[in-house]
Amino acid sequence: MNMKKTSRISVLIISLALIAVYFLPVWEIELEAPQYPEGLGMNIWINKITGDLNTINGLNHYIGMKTIQPDSIKELTLMPYILGALILLGISVVIAGRKKLLLVWVIFFMMLGIAGGVDFYLWEYDYGHNLNPEAAIKIPGMSYQPPLIGSKQLANFTAYSIPDTGGIILIGAGIASLVIMLYDSRKWGRTKKRLINKNIN
Amino acid sequence: MAKTIQTMLVVLLLGAIFSGTVLLSGCGSKKDKGPLIESDAPSMVYVEPGKYDEFYSFVSGGFSGQMSVYGLPSGRLFKVIPVFSQNPENGYGYTEETKPMLQTSKGFIPWDDSHHSELSMKDGVPDGRWVFINGNNTPRIARLDLKTFKTVEIIEIPNSAGNHSSPFTTSNSEYVVAGTRFSVPVENKDVPISSYKENFKGAISFIKVDQNSGDMKLAFQLITPPFDYDLSHAGKGPSDGWYFFSCYNTEMAHTLLEVNASQKDKDYILAINWKKIEELVAAGKGTDKACTYYHNKFDDKTHSATSEILKTVKTLSPEDVKGAMFYIPCPKSPHGADVDPTGEYIVGGGKLASVIPVFSFTKMKKAIEGNDFEGNVEGIPVLKYDAVLSGEVQKPGLGPLHTEFDDKGFAYTSCFVSSEIVKWNVATKEVVDRMPVYYSIGHLMIPGGDSRKPWGKYLVALNKITKDRFLPTGPELTQSAQLIDISGDKMKLILDFPTIGEPHYAQAIPADLVSKNSARIYKLEENSHPYAIKNEKDARVERKGTEVHVYMTAIRSHLTPDNIEGIKSGDVVYFHITNLEQDWDTPHGFAIMGNENSELLIMPGETCTIKWTAKEPGIYPFYCTDFCSALHQEMQGYLRVSGKDSNVPVSFSTGEKK
Repeated sequence: MNMKKTSRISVLIISLALIAVYFLPVWEIELEAPQYPEGLGMNIWINKITGDLNTINGLNHYIGMKTIQPDSIKELTLMPYILGALILLGISVVIAGRKKLLLVWVIFFMMLGIAGGVDFYLWEYDYGHNLNPEAAIKIPGMSYQPPLIGSKQLANFTAYSIPDTGGIILIGAGIASLVIMLYDSRKWGRTKKRLINKNIN
Repeated sequence: MAKTIQTMLVVLLLGAIFSGTVLLSGCGSKKDKGPLIESDAPSMVYVEPGKYDEFYSFVSGGFSGQMSVYGLPSGRLFKVIPVFSQNPENGYGYTEETKPMLQTSKGFIPWDDSHHSELSMKDGVPDGRWVFINGNNTPRIARLDLKTFKTVEIIEIPNSAGNHSSPFTTSNSEYVVAGTRFSVPVENKDVPISSYKENFKGAISFIKVDQNSGDMKLAFQLITPPFDYDLSHAGKGPSDGWYFFSCYNTEMAHTLLEVNASQKDKDYILAINWKKIEELVAAGKGTDKACTYYHNKFDDKTHSATSEILKTVKTLSPEDVKGAMFYIPCPKSPHGADVDPTGEYIVGGGKLASVIPVFSFTKMKKAIEGNDFEGNVEGIPVLKYDAVLSGEVQKPGLGPLHTEFDDKGFAYTSCFVSSEIVKWNVATKEVVDRMPVYYSIGHLMIPGGDSRKPWGKYLVALNKITKDRFLPTGPELTQSAQLIDISGDKMKLILDFPTIGEPHYAQAIPADLVSKNSARIYKLEENSHPYAIKNEKDARVERKGTEVHVYMTAIRSHLTPDNIEGIKSGDVVYFHITNLEQDWDTPHGFAIMGNENSELLIMPGETCTIKWTAKEPGIYPFYCTDFCSALHQEMQGYLRVSGKDSNVPVSFSTGEKK
């Protein structure tokens, strides 16, 4: 079945907006401590990590955390292609205008979101728990896994994990794609009606 | 009963009078030590923890040879910047990189007497790029970069001795100057001191400042009569293009100057049309004379200083610059030659005079055009006092020395002998306020107070005598400055604070003009020091005969290498240490036992070298001296020295043996 015109335009806008993610950091990890009033920041892009990486690595060696080396993180190599696939699929949806393809696109998008979150969590878990047993500073029972999102106290540091500009675009695009799919579906109207009837009854 | 009550009343009354007297006499002695401060003074100078001062103040370190940096209004000391003296605290003048900074034609000079700090200017207003300061004893001028708060250049002044009227700059820092306080023979030579009048000359040097790089170059020297040049200021606004130098000892005495140089009622202020002299020099006037002087420059990328030895200077006689130099008679042994913010008035601080003469630039120009001279000295025309005078400040105080200005048309003159500051109206020459200072003020300073745009909120009295102002510290006391609020009609004393050396002079500038440019680190990738290593993997020890070079890195919390063997008695070991940190406020120090040298203090991204001679065989520990991290105390290592003929091979390691 064919998509509504507004839906197709919306998918085009989302796909084009996703191009911006190539040029913006996706996630930000911010560290604050009494002796770092200016804060230390690390920005994760789809293909690189920027910010005070060297300083953070320098501090992490005291607790035995692995050095964060962007070159050895395979996700940073894969992500540009995955994002490209998502954008191309989005554009195919616009051209084809088929509802089924829209559904495929949205599911792909959602799965990517979930996979990304899980991968990030595992990555954080690994860095936070897989510590060098010869580390100078060992606090019994302490791990240094940063939060997936939000803030957490790790020794003298308060760690904040928050989406950066690119991440906000990604999340926004994901939500928007879901909304378009629901809006484009005929069931949308019926569901609404049914709900209204239910409320009246 | 009534009698008893009467007696009791009398006793009470007497008691009251007696205790009252004690209280009064207590107040009296308090009063002798200075006025009680205004009740709002504490809030005026209090800077809350974590908050910043309004002004940076660059205070001469006097006979420490350095420059100190204070915050105003708090009077807190932030930093002592080593300039002309060695400073073992950070290795300045001890490290291989900084030793060339203190080289002169007289050899390596570890000390000087610094006098006047002078901020660079743009359009007659301090711009916060550089600050200059003069070395008085072995004549030099230094330039400090306010991005790094480091001495980056020192130029020696030939044919000069006692570089006192220096380094005062022009409206766009085209020049800094160096007028000699001692006249000496040009091309210094062996002559009888009694031949002073024939053989001695007063050289006034003009040092050109590159507008972009700040580099200094000795452009030319004016060879004038053998007077003692004391202080100076460049003109501004209408008088831009002129310099005014005060001089004493126009008697040309060479012994017991306190009497022999105090005989004349008037000495001179020398007015110099430097723009005209620039043209004359460009037209080929002047003679190149042989001399030797050093020009030392520090490079932020190689983190090293280099010395250049220069061999000639262009000199100009009064004959060469006819029509560009004039003497203004000025009572008596003048110190300050200060130009007001409009550029029209030149104030002479005649330290033995009973008035403060205020000269008019317009009248001076007119007198020069009208050839209205009373005579000449060695070819330099002498103007008539009355023809140039705008007016005199009557009864200003005793020993007027130096004048600065606010932004409301008032001048403030320090009076050494009567130990006070006199505020007077520049237009009417009337004294409007005066206040005692403790004790015997020399210079005074208002932020921007010698510029076109004074920030007339505070005045700092830079005093010569301290006595009882602070808790005593034996015979040698701290030096003293006082902060005075000049925002209202009446001056108010609001703070005393101690200073280092003798605070001859200071300058101050709104903090944000400097703080916004302040560097936090040196970028490691820009480090082009020949012995820098940017990776621990490159750390090594190389032997070249009896010379050993240790390429070492420092990062929290280890030195690489930290075990060194194969050094022999008699070896000269150079530790080249690169601080690999790129984080704010993470310097590392380095010291090795028994070093007849200083420590190193290495900023993030910097490389420094210290020389150490291995003497007796044994084990020599070394460590980081600047508390850098939780494991700072573990940041240490060992160096093994073996006998001269031992065959222990050179080896080095950190952690695992390489």
